[in-house]
Amino acid sequence: MRAAVGNRGGADYLDPMTDLPPSLQAWFDARGWALHPHQRTMLARADEPATLLIAPTGGGKTLAGFLPTLAELGEAPPPGLHTLYVSPLKALAADIRRNLGHPIEGAGLGIRVEDRTGDTPSSRKRRQRADPPHILLTTPESLALLTSYEDAARTFAGLQRVVVDEIHALAESKRGDQLMLALARLQKLAPRLRRVGLSATVEDPAAIASLLARHPDPCAILQADPGPEPDIRMLVTDEAPPWSGGGAKYAIPAVLEEVKRHRTTLIFHNTRAQAELFFHNLWLANEDALPIGIHHGSLDRGQRERVEAAMVRGDLRAIVCTGSLDLGIDWGDVDLVIQVGAPKNVKRLVQRIGRANHRYNAPSKALLVPANRFEVVECIAALEAARAGELDGEPRGRGPRDVLCQHILIAACSGPFDADDLFEEFRSAGPYAALTRAEFDACLDFCATGGYALRAYDQWQRLQRRADGRWQLRDPRSAVRIRQNIGTIQDSDTLKVKWRGRGGAPLGEVEEGFAASLSKGDTFLIGGQIVRYEGLRELVVEVTRSPGAKPKIATFMGTKFATSTQLSERILRMFRQDSWPDLPAHTAQWLALQREVSRLPSPGRLLVESFPHDGREQMVVYGFAGRNAQQTLGLLLTKRMEEMGLAPMGFVSTDYATLIWGLDAVTDPAPLFDLAALEDGLDTWLAGNAVMKRTFRASATIAGLIERQVGGQRKTGRQATMSSDILYDTLLKYDPDHLMLRITREEAMRGLVDFDRIREMKARVGGRIDHVRLSRVTPLAAPLFLEPGRVPVRGSADERLLEEGVTRLMEDSGLAEVDAGMSKPKWRVPF
Amino acid sequence: MNSHAFIFHGERLCALPSGALHWPGLSVLVVSDLHLGKAARLSAVGGAALPPYEARETLSRLSHDLEITGAGRVICLGDSFDAAGLDVHLPEDDLMFIARLQAGRDWDWIEGNHDPGPVSLGGTHRADLSLGPLVFRHIASDAAEGEVSGHYHPKARFTARGRALSMPCFLVDERRLVMPAYGAYTGGLWTDSATLSALMGKGAQAILTGRRPCAIPMPRRAGIRPQPAT
Repeated sequence: MRAAVGNRGGADYLDPMTDLPPSLQAWFDARGWALHPHQRTMLARADEPATLLIAPTGGGKTLAGFLPTLAELGEAPPPGLHTLYVSPLKALAADIRRNLGHPIEGAGLGIRVEDRTGDTPSSRKRRQRADPPHILLTTPESLALLTSYEDAARTFAGLQRVVVDEIHALAESKRGDQLMLALARLQKLAPRLRRVGLSATVEDPAAIASLLARHPDPCAILQADPGPEPDIRMLVTDEAPPWSGGGAKYAIPAVLEEVKRHRTTLIFHNTRAQAELFFHNLWLANEDALPIGIHHGSLDRGQRERVEAAMVRGDLRAIVCTGSLDLGIDWGDVDLVIQVGAPKNVKRLVQRIGRANHRYNAPSKALLVPANRFEVVECIAALEAARAGELDGEPRGRGPRDVLCQHILIAACSGPFDADDLFEEFRSAGPYAALTRAEFDACLDFCATGGYALRAYDQWQRLQRRADGRWQLRDPRSAVRIRQNIGTIQDSDTLKVKWRGRGGAPLGEVEEGFAASLSKGDTFLIGGQIVRYEGLRELVVEVTRSPGAKPKIATFMGTKFATSTQLSERILRMFRQDSWPDLPAHTAQWLALQREVSRLPSPGRLLVESFPHDGREQMVVYGFAGRNAQQTLGLLLTKRMEEMGLAPMGFVSTDYATLIWGLDAVTDPAPLFDLAALEDGLDTWLAGNAVMKRTFRASATIAGLIERQVGGQRKTGRQATMSSDILYDTLLKYDPDHLMLRITREEAMRGLVDFDRIREMKARVGGRIDHVRLSRVTPLAAPLFLEPGRVPVRGSADERLLEEGVTRLMEDSGLAEVDAGMSKPKWRVPF
Repeated sequence: MNSHAFIFHGERLCALPSGALHWPGLSVLVVSDLHLGKAARLSAVGGAALPPYEARETLSRLSHDLEITGAGRVICLGDSFDAAGLDVHLPEDDLMFIARLQAGRDWDWIEGNHDPGPVSLGGTHRADLSLGPLVFRHIASDAAEGEVSGHYHPKARFTARGRALSMPCFLVDERRLVMPAYGAYTGGLWTDSATLSALMGKGAQAILTGRRPCAIPMPRRAGIRPQPAT
């Protein structure tokens, strides 16, 4: 948080504020700092019940949020919690504590600031509940946990203000819904609570404002000066990017040159695996031994903190990172941001660029490094969109009810509650303003009894109604289990990675699915080092050092992004050109090659390619309809393929295309698009699909049906996967109208589109389906093979593969003969 | 019906798709680890109330297997109930279901580690049971000969053309046969775990359950010495 900018007498110098504590004002004055207009407005309008401030990164947004607090607390504040600060990242809370410390200590204010996250030691957490600081910095999950304690009313009794930082990021997920429910609870405990939201530039500020404010209170929206236009360009290299692949290894020399030319460079990647690989290659080429670090969410906390500290000291020239550094953390003097791989949406791009040059009046500088040639096209389209000021965003819709179920349980943990009161409390949260009583009652019944058609658990209800009509936990001990499961983040289950022997120093984490794919001797990258997999011991991946070996690429993922539909449309328009003088020559040639060997997708027609690859038959449908529509198309087409005996094995969708693989080639795709056949039996097909099971697992975990932690011991992911699938199948068979299945369908539909969109697409395309049969992968199809989010289809292909696999195993072992031998009785006892 | 027939200690046995074992010679059907009442036990200790349909699902499978095999005797190979005393807590419908299945059949409850002690339902309760050359008990013993046991819930996994496939399985070597779990809400132990790799002898086979049961060499962990064959 940079306090303010502008020298005395400069253009943006403003009169000193009279209502800041004199010592703080003096401290600002001594530095020649003055407040931005939006910071002054925040101070002037501190009494508003809810305010949303929209300001670019580097605009002193966080200080703007805290100024009224500092003014109200003054130099010698009475004890008690005054302001709660909530941010999406633990690291951000720690960063703010450090930065708030400067003016508070500098001005000698008696204000206590502490953070509280999952990393805070439990002794300090206990003390914070009994004797809270003036300002508490926390995350939505830690806040939800705080409200679940019996003493929550005492902890929050004097709370005056809550500041929600990076609210645009929280608003995109269930974490935001959870936070708003927690704020509704706080408002009840502290009725005078005022809310402030801090947001980066967004497309629809009113939507975020309505989430933030207590329903139906109004919410003031303040727009800060957006600052100068960012300077974003594509990095031009001598070497051409490859057709596919995400590593951008070709750009290493050019990136190193840029690092040398700047003070501090942040190098963003879309996935952790890409960050690891790039970091490794960067070091191999780093002949000048420039100090370069790596930072991502899979790394051990100690290692992350060391990199953070080195960055604050200004010891690093570059940091290779992922989304873990994404959200406005202010460390050191970053003067260049490099984005490797296409920024999957424009909003993300603009927010990342905000990281460079945190000086309000200096333009941010950023370079895009496309990893392959399709990404060159995406980058160009993204740059055009950013210049046009087009920000993409998906409307969130109503608050999901799995989060609601969790909050009913949280309320029960803190003490007995009245159902009418709780319903009104929930309805005061923006995302749940339209909640009906019937919907609420169904959630309450689910939490109390399981909500099954078969009333099996009347003697073991989780929640019981007392004589006074209020609800309470039947077994108070269950509060411990409920608290352990608070949160909405669906991390894929990860395993810790440690050195074997040697005191077991932790290196980081990998996804369990990745760990399961490793055999002894396999090598992979973590923390910039190549390590050799030795084995799994008590859910810890043990590795040894492996110098010089070429790594098997790590497949653990960072955040998965959805590209915007606006980008798709821009790209489709680009494809219609006869030639591409605006594109680098290598990419123009690549598009020309696609046109030559196959076709380029065009509006009003549907391009379908099919070819063998990787031992399977592949089909690509270029609908350019956005990820949700392409995902729905994947589900529909695999259903038809299964019916037609083509043994589909799975599909993956991007905003542009759906890739389907299976055992048999599609020779005539037209019948696949028969609408009547697509709709027939669709519900049954959707219900059995992996997308639904995945969604059920997530929602059932949030709603408290599946427990992530059992007595402090996490179940292994595989067990959790299996049991949630079994629960899903059982419910579907015996209780298809159960609340959890209704929630699952609602949630799955957020990621899909209704059938009407597909019908429209079919009407637009008519019979103009262009099928191109090829002997190999096409230029345009190549990047699809690295796309995350592959959805397996379990059908006839599995049975055929099982038979193949069994035959192979029997032949390999010579067991076919052994088996024949075993069939002969060796001896027989008559009885 | 799809089933996998094999000879074990001179007896012809059939592994059924569901994970039940049919012994046509004596008209016996063997099932292991039903874990009835698991959902109820979890909710009794303050956990979430899981869908209470697991007993119904398990018993429906058993009913189906009895119908197609016409078996006159049922051996439940232990851990039939998820905890001692749960038999009286099953919903009335499920208790009636069990009673219907028992009508006109011999029924043996072998005791398991989850359900020691007598059960309130009909049938005979036993620690173990010898029939002809075979002996039935819950947990495999060291000195097994012709032993049929359960307890471990074995599951096999392997890959075919890059796709990972897994399913519960029977394990069989010259001395012993380990049955898969039959209950709806049961997890499993990979056959390539240290425990199962050490338990089974050289040349052990895994008989995969599923639509078309079949035998493969038991997927096992390298470097663990199997028990010496007798």
